[in-house]
Amino acid sequence: MAKVLMTGNEAVGEAAIRAGCRFYSGYPITPQTEILQYLSWRMPEVGGKFVQAEAELSAVNMLYGAASAGARTFGSTSGPGFSLMQEGISYIAAADLPLVIVNVMREGSGLGNIGASQGDYLQMTKGGGHGDYHTIVLAPANVQESADMMVLGFDLAEKYLHPVLIATDAAIGQMVEGVELPDFITHDIDKFDWAVRGCKKGDKPRTIQNIYFMDDNYEQHLREKYARMVENEQRWESIEVEDADIVLVSYGISSRLCKEAIKIARKEGFKLGLIRLITLWPFPEKAFAEVNPDVKGYLSVEMSTIGQVKDDIRLATGCTKLVDNYGSMMELPEPEGIIEKAKSML
Amino acid sequence: MQKVNTDVERCKGCYLCIANCPKEAIKKSGKVNLKGYEYIIVDNDKCISCGSCYQVCPDYVFEVN
Amino acid sequence: MKYKVPTTVDVMKTTFCSGCGQGVVNRLIGEIMEELGTAEKLVVTTDVACGAMNVDFWNFDTIVGAHGRPLPTATAVKKVRPDCLSLAHLGDGAAYNIGMAETMHAAIRDDDVFALVLNNCVFAMTGGQTSATTMLGQKTKSSIQGRKVEVEGKPFHIENALSGMDIAYLARGSIESVPSIRKTKQYLKTAFEKHKNNEGFVLVEILTPCPTNWGMTPVESMKRIKEEVMVEYPVGEFINRGGGK
Repeated sequence: MAKVLMTGNEAVGEAAIRAGCRFYSGYPITPQTEILQYLSWRMPEVGGKFVQAEAELSAVNMLYGAASAGARTFGSTSGPGFSLMQEGISYIAAADLPLVIVNVMREGSGLGNIGASQGDYLQMTKGGGHGDYHTIVLAPANVQESADMMVLGFDLAEKYLHPVLIATDAAIGQMVEGVELPDFITHDIDKFDWAVRGCKKGDKPRTIQNIYFMDDNYEQHLREKYARMVENEQRWESIEVEDADIVLVSYGISSRLCKEAIKIARKEGFKLGLIRLITLWPFPEKAFAEVNPDVKGYLSVEMSTIGQVKDDIRLATGCTKLVDNYGSMMELPEPEGIIEKAKSML
Repeated sequence: MQKVNTDVERCKGCYLCIANCPKEAIKKSGKVNLKGYEYIIVDNDKCISCGSCYQVCPDYVFEVN
Repeated sequence: MKYKVPTTVDVMKTTFCSGCGQGVVNRLIGEIMEELGTAEKLVVTTDVACGAMNVDFWNFDTIVGAHGRPLPTATAVKKVRPDCLSLAHLGDGAAYNIGMAETMHAAIRDDDVFALVLNNCVFAMTGGQTSATTMLGQKTKSSIQGRKVEVEGKPFHIENALSGMDIAYLARGSIESVPSIRKTKQYLKTAFEKHKNNEGFVLVEILTPCPTNWGMTPVESMKRIKEEVMVEYPVGEFINRGGGK
């Protein structure tokens, strides 16, 4: 199929439609709003249901209902709205429901600002809502991946019966690139027998539960589920890590600038490498096995002031190597700055 | 035939049936069920099968023939 | 048999407190589902707390919703499965405290969803704290001298809040006596029929007792509903779009 020009946000919306998603609920918040706007007309066009909810709290609980009833379901938001959705995501994780939620990240804590940033790493990868759970988190770096990861997101959500989050940002969401859109898939709302639909006389009623104190096997179920995700779903892209003196660790929009930094540095004879995180959770620990054993250190390049990925790199390397971070929550990391910081670690 | 079937193991001793019976046909039995509640007993002779006990009972103790 | 409890709501012995109102309301729902022939189409989304225990007692497909949010959840169920009946089972705390925005906006959008509110004037499962519908002067665990206008404001009336709104149905019933229970069943049945016909948002509030948190016997609780609660919260139909049945 020929490529079309689309923003990342539109590509997310169109890919969801093509993946068989027929229920969307969200709330306007920059820089995510184009997804909501796109689906406000596109969803009814394909016979799906669109609701602009009164708040993200309500939106996420609509997603909970639609997923409980068996529909392919997705929602989208940004930073402050994602915080509001966290309660619902905890419920959805506890209820073993498949759906996809996209967070188009913006700057800062509090109100922050509407520009691109990567400040929601911690709350997306560490559970974030109340209680004991993780969610798979996918991180696209361009418009094509934004579309592809919607399809992958639904597949993973249904494979594990678990919510999948997609961490994109204002830059990827609003840039226009060529994208090859996925094929149309038809989703059967009766695909899963557990989905509520009304109980036939004599049948055992279905219950979408998030309270489990009666079930002896629940914790075992959880342990196995998360262990399978960690074993099977680590995704990453490695660039020239085998001989690198410093390995950059990055994701999303920042990883694109890291690739540029590697080209410049290597021309100068400075051996930089990159582990680009494609899944933020499970964290791609396996990627670190391929790295030059004599690497001097790891530099986390992310749009964050505090360096949110740093601790996960330390854990993945057993705290044996120098780990630092580079980046600003407000500005894209410049290749020159990345190289200068990396050199300072030698 | 009993006018009212009772499943006294369901009874939680709220006695709304006693308060709402128009014929004073229901009273405490003086006996305790497995849950520890003093359950009720229906006087078949006074009962007129009006169904008031069925209507007010929160625990489905009564079914009326 | 003249009066037989519907099998849809009689799966096992309930774990509610002695004299709790939920059993009677559940029986009415079960009877109406049998009469309308819709038992196999009903999906109920409960709130948390006491109401969530119902998922073990009902022969309906159910969802345990988040506190205050069963209405959006039930709205979405109806949107993706339009042939289902979708009931949100709420308490006064869920519908009028934490979930007030959800209640109002379901009404504003005139969503095809059924809001059932069991109003016992208190947060029950957490041990009896003040809710929006706690009566003035009523002593609760978080208003030990009784609710005061200057502290908690006046009791909330849904019929005032939704007054003039373009919704399908709004009624309040009570279960304090046999005649009230029969009347409440009529309100519920009218509401279910409207919901079955996709006529829009329906809300039925039912005044129920909480003997445990009111510190009364069940019989005293019913007397209180008649003499105090029904004076503050009048029963009846407030909105009936398109007239009667």
